[in-house]
Amino acid sequence: MPPATGGGLAESELRSRRGRCGPQAARAAGRDVATEAAARSPKRPARGSQRFEAAGRWALLALVTLLSFATRFHRLAEPRHICWDETHFGKMGSYYINRTFFFDVHPPLGKMLIGLAGYLSGYDGTFLFQKPGDKYEHHSYMGMRGFCAFLGSWLVPFAYLTVLDLSKSLSAALLTAALLTFDTGCLTLSQYILLDPILMFFIMAAMLSMVKYNSCANRPFSAPWWFWLSLTGVSLAGALGVKFVGLFIILQVGLNTIADLWHLFGDLSLSLVTVGKHLTARVLCLIVLPLALYTATFAVHFMVLSKSGPGDGFFSSAFQARLSGNNLHNASIPEHLAYGSVITVKNLRMAIGYLHSHRHLYPEGIGARQQQVTTYLHKDYNNLWIIKKHNTNSDPLDPSFPVEFVRHGDIIRLEHKETSRNLHSHYHEAPLTRKHYQVTGYGINGTGDSNDFWRIEVVNRKFGNRIKVLRSRIRLIHLVTGCVLGSSGKVLPKWGWEQLEVTCTPYLKETLNSIWNVEDHINPKLPNISLNVLQPSFPEILLESHMVMIRGNSGLKPKDNEFTSKPWHWPINYQGLRFSGINDTDFRVYLLGNPVVWWLNLLSIALYLLSGSIIAIAIQRGAQLPAEVAGLSQVLLRGGGQVLLGWTLHYFPFFLMGRVLYFHHYFPAMLFSSMLTGILWDTLLRLCAWGLASWPLARGIHVVGILSLLLGAAYSFYLFHPLAYGMVGPLAQDPQSPMAGLRWLDSWDF
Amino acid sequence: MWGFLKRPIVVTADINLSLVALTGMGLLSRLWRLTYPPAVVFDEVYYGQYISFYMKRIFFLDDSGPPFGHMVLALGGYLGGFDGHFLWNRIGAEYSSNVPVWSLRLLPALAGALSVPMAYQIVLELHFSHCAAMGAALLMLIENALITQSRLMLLESVLIFFNLLAVLSYLKFFNCQKHSPFSLSWWFWLTLTGVACSCAVGIKYMGMFTYVLMLAVAAVHAWHLIGDQTLSNVCVFCHLLARAVALLVIPVVLYLLFFYVHLILLFRSGPHDQIMSSAFQASLEGGLARITQGQPLEVAFGSQVTLRNVFGKPVPCWLHSHQDTYPMIYENGRGSSHQQQVTCYPFKDVNNWWIVKDPGRHQLVVSSPPRPVRHGDMVQLVHGMTTRSLNTHDVAAPLSPHSQEVSCYIDYNISMPAQNLWRLEIVNRGSDTDVWKTILSEVRFVHVNTSAVLKLSGAHLPDWGYRQLEIVGEKLSRGYHESMVWNVEEHRYGASQEQRERERELHSPAQVDVSRNLSFMARFLELQWKMLVLRSDDSEHKYSSSPLEWVTLDTNIAYWLHPRTSAQIHLLGNIVIWISGSLALAIYALLSLWYLLRRRRNVHDLPQDAWLRWVLAGALCAGGWAVNYLPFFLMEKTLFLYHYLPALTFQILLLPVVLQHISDHLCRSQLQRRVFSALVVAWYSSACHVSHTLRPLTYGDKSLSPHELKALRWKDSWDILIRKH
Repeated sequence: MPPATGGGLAESELRSRRGRCGPQAARAAGRDVATEAAARSPKRPARGSQRFEAAGRWALLALVTLLSFATRFHRLAEPRHICWDETHFGKMGSYYINRTFFFDVHPPLGKMLIGLAGYLSGYDGTFLFQKPGDKYEHHSYMGMRGFCAFLGSWLVPFAYLTVLDLSKSLSAALLTAALLTFDTGCLTLSQYILLDPILMFFIMAAMLSMVKYNSCANRPFSAPWWFWLSLTGVSLAGALGVKFVGLFIILQVGLNTIADLWHLFGDLSLSLVTVGKHLTARVLCLIVLPLALYTATFAVHFMVLSKSGPGDGFFSSAFQARLSGNNLHNASIPEHLAYGSVITVKNLRMAIGYLHSHRHLYPEGIGARQQQVTTYLHKDYNNLWIIKKHNTNSDPLDPSFPVEFVRHGDIIRLEHKETSRNLHSHYHEAPLTRKHYQVTGYGINGTGDSNDFWRIEVVNRKFGNRIKVLRSRIRLIHLVTGCVLGSSGKVLPKWGWEQLEVTCTPYLKETLNSIWNVEDHINPKLPNISLNVLQPSFPEILLESHMVMIRGNSGLKPKDNEFTSKPWHWPINYQGLRFSGINDTDFRVYLLGNPVVWWLNLLSIALYLLSGSIIAIAIQRGAQLPAEVAGLSQVLLRGGGQVLLGWTLHYFPFFLMGRVLYFHHYFPAMLFSSMLTGILWDTLLRLCAWGLASWPLARGIHVVGILSLLLGAAYSFYLFHPLAYGMVGPLAQDPQSPMAGLRWLDSWDF
Repeated sequence: MWGFLKRPIVVTADINLSLVALTGMGLLSRLWRLTYPPAVVFDEVYYGQYISFYMKRIFFLDDSGPPFGHMVLALGGYLGGFDGHFLWNRIGAEYSSNVPVWSLRLLPALAGALSVPMAYQIVLELHFSHCAAMGAALLMLIENALITQSRLMLLESVLIFFNLLAVLSYLKFFNCQKHSPFSLSWWFWLTLTGVACSCAVGIKYMGMFTYVLMLAVAAVHAWHLIGDQTLSNVCVFCHLLARAVALLVIPVVLYLLFFYVHLILLFRSGPHDQIMSSAFQASLEGGLARITQGQPLEVAFGSQVTLRNVFGKPVPCWLHSHQDTYPMIYENGRGSSHQQQVTCYPFKDVNNWWIVKDPGRHQLVVSSPPRPVRHGDMVQLVHGMTTRSLNTHDVAAPLSPHSQEVSCYIDYNISMPAQNLWRLEIVNRGSDTDVWKTILSEVRFVHVNTSAVLKLSGAHLPDWGYRQLEIVGEKLSRGYHESMVWNVEEHRYGASQEQRERERELHSPAQVDVSRNLSFMARFLELQWKMLVLRSDDSEHKYSSSPLEWVTLDTNIAYWLHPRTSAQIHLLGNIVIWISGSLALAIYALLSLWYLLRRRRNVHDLPQDAWLRWVLAGALCAGGWAVNYLPFFLMEKTLFLYHYLPALTFQILLLPVVLQHISDHLCRSQLQRRVFSALVVAWYSSACHVSHTLRPLTYGDKSLSPHELKALRWKDSWDILIRKH
């Protein structure tokens, strides 16, 4: 066995790793570099010219990058209409250009970048992005698509470099790069105006820089070390700023960092001060820096979106006061509630709306036949209520009376301004939520009965405090039954004009459904103050927008009779997503992983678990592995383990999620899975070659194996490329179709 | 040979009197006046009905957990000779004389009582002192919430019993491992671990948490074993094999056994039949089986069938049509085809009958011999009562505008041709030439002209459709979904040529003779699946709480109130124990972190054996708390305080461990140690005092005055019922 081939590589690799970790790290740097260099060129003797090799490596990287760019940018302009979720993200890009406020369940960075790309490429934000299939016509959309494709193209070189660093093997890196380049799914996902290419770009960038800084561990606090560490932080902020899925890569980097610190902490040759420095550096670069950047994206988001738009209703009244064009903007109203004030009352829960009543009665058979009380999302004069004292019906606006403020704990009556009926509740069951009591409008001209009395309470305040407009969170407690006014959020049938149900809940739990705030406030006897005083501070906005996003995310629930994608579908490539077109005359694009690549990935995970456990058990049993095998198993266990952890973290959490899931959620995990495949097959083939070393042609096994995998991936891409680049003509069931015979699973519908 | 005669026969009995005393006290505290209150208390109303079902042998489906727990309760009823006749309709209802309250409540109470000596043994097996062990047991003894929960027909105490049994037997096994592997007691304890885990899982899915913990601990120990190079490979292999069999195979087998017994016991049809598939229903006595018994198996051209949707959500229903047509214009202004409505109807009705017709022939009867319908065949479905055929076309469905309307075709002569050909696809086919079978085959109907699939959309039609469910033709049939799948439930070969005669035939029940049996595995899988996916959405309860409130006991549950006096039972813990349990956990975590960091820097504060003891105790007790508590944060179902009790028992086990550790290793002088012991005694007395004060709420035997009740309301969030007079 000649030492200079792949085997020798593994040995030196092992030594250099040990050197890094162990206390006997004092070795000549020169030799280290030499072994590393040798390590990176498995197919050539180490004696060969190093400069030549370096050039070769760069050339290979360039080739990989070029190929990736070429595949991603090929036929990028096709189809010339909106595909799938472009309708959302394109629209949101336009919102940034038009500076109108909108709401989305994802953090803003991705859409901001899309907007920026559109802006720079001359898109003016006038296209409506109404629904998939709409033609772009003269609007410039290539800038946004090109930007996404540009970021998506970097995935391949990033994966290549990551695997190269983890395995120190060119063939493993090449295999990974080929799998990703030739995967139709990654390709399709990178070609449209979507958040996924941006997200995956940041995830892979974070992974790459993490791996790089790990390999700088023998030169801590050097310039490259700092560079890669802070780059990790920046990428993490980017990933989280695009989608909350970024949390998974944060988790991975976090685990890696903890392990790393634990390791340093156990190194008795390092003083506690040094360890402290390490800790501080990581806290700075991996916590403080990303948080600052993440917050900065939100700051920019709120600064850019200064006009009122479709997202207003999702946010609290105080928040809306910031947006120009909103009726609360620059408004001035009295600050404290007083008797006689005319107010609107808004539920604190997102998308419930204002307390509302109208001249329609509850229908026969639904509680008492009294006037309906509902919540209504839109601003309307029927939302106006007058606060009155519970025991007198005199007009508090009479100038001879002094102003009397409403205080926490007061007993009040709410009179509907239009109909002069009082907010009323009684022991009848509510129309939809049977366990709650019905709320009605009752009485004539403000004269009702004791069931009209409510105690007004401010959440978390002491008795006697005044009640502030917008800021105070109030609860209305029915005096007789002791129940709390709330909205169940359920939509009333036709008779209730499909407004939302209002009930009085006997369960005194504090939920947002039963907390309200006062929004509009009219009282001529009180001085108006500018609402700008009440404007929330930036941390409050940040917190609120996160609450709204989280609630929005958990609100995306699948319906019972709908077909939904399940996480177990994904790795087996069970079903794709239609990006564009249905019928045989349409230009059809279908997001589906290249089945050869995906099934190879699946097989590799199983094979990895098997071989990994065999090796781990052998080591635990104290088996004396030959140096070469030991080196390869280190690559498999550490490098592979790192990547497997990434796959696990990006895949399994989806099983716990209650929201609607889509096939494309698997793609970050798929990147890790492909890297694992690269590392695994390269290592296994090397082990095979080593095991059969006595056989003359054994060394060829590795080369032949890798080559056949590369060619297989390329050939399958040739077969399936119409999925990504678009196909016209008969559907695949039809023998005439170019895709005939390729519909390997019944569940694929292209 | 007669040697034994030469020596006297001596029996040496080793009786640990403290253990006996603890058992006695446990029994006393749990069994005292067990029949009081003689009324339905809280969730007894829920479990009671299942006990009645067992007694009457009626099939039921409960999504709250596997059947072993219910069976344990039912065993009590069986021993007491309960006949199942009691209407479990409201909390507080007085038991009639035929309900053997004592024996029904006996098993949970016994389980609760035995948990006390088990706590003692566990701490002892963890190699902590007798004193610490006594402490753990005494804490279990006086914990009010545990007492309340054990004295009623509820499952938590049984679950806790098996959790503790699993931990105890694993520890016994682990201690055997050191000196006598593969001995009889080694095998016994190992097997018992598996059995106990399986029983815990069989009672509630929550038992899974403890099972996973035991597996994890066993895996770590097995990993050490693999690393032990003094053992031969064969020996290691035998060790691993024994563990795999005991901890993986036995639990699975036992779990299946629970279901086997469950299904053997419950052979009569009952109120939950509708949720199950037709095949399952047909395997029960009565119900659907009575109707389907003797139906012809193979559906043939001319067969009369009813078609049930396999998904059955929101309600199980059958494909249905009636004379009424779709309204010409809907409320929102869209138009319809004005043809005969096709709906899904949740009740048996003569309008649910359809005739499978061969498009090539005109006859509506089965020829002789019958020509069976196969996968891929083209069929028409003719509605029996109106003889109109099932049709779909490119008109938007009433409520789901993205799908096609499905109707029974009426020829208005307005250039809207009939499109009534459907291709039959058998979803669960073995081969492509399979025959369509009654009940067993799950089929899809694919429209030939538009390739739309017949689907239940789940929406309720408005008044014009009598609130029946909407049926649509799904054009974008993305993959397999059960709402598009149907099966034949009732079936007979039609023989009447004339429509009048046929109507009479449809009204008469089907009668022929074949019986079919589903295998146990098929029934088990279906039942298990239905239990897991069934969602009951009672999202709100007066006493529901969130996990965060449990640790500090910010909530309680009122279980029962005496109909006249203010005697009442609450699930309310001993707050001293709860708070100190949480404190002990925090101390354990901090100390462990401290030790770990110091050990990493090569400073060993603890001797090796003390350290190992500390780690093992933490892994089991703190780990047990964590696995039984933290997952609740991820759950979306309604949670109650009693869900915390298993976690609490692990906290109680940890408490004396931490106390002893502090006394042994952190108190430096004899004086400190004495002071500490005195403090512990004082603390325990206060716990006893609290327990005694809350006693009326635990046993509910004493009616307190409103003033006294108010005095017991130590936290504002506690809901203690005070009668207004």
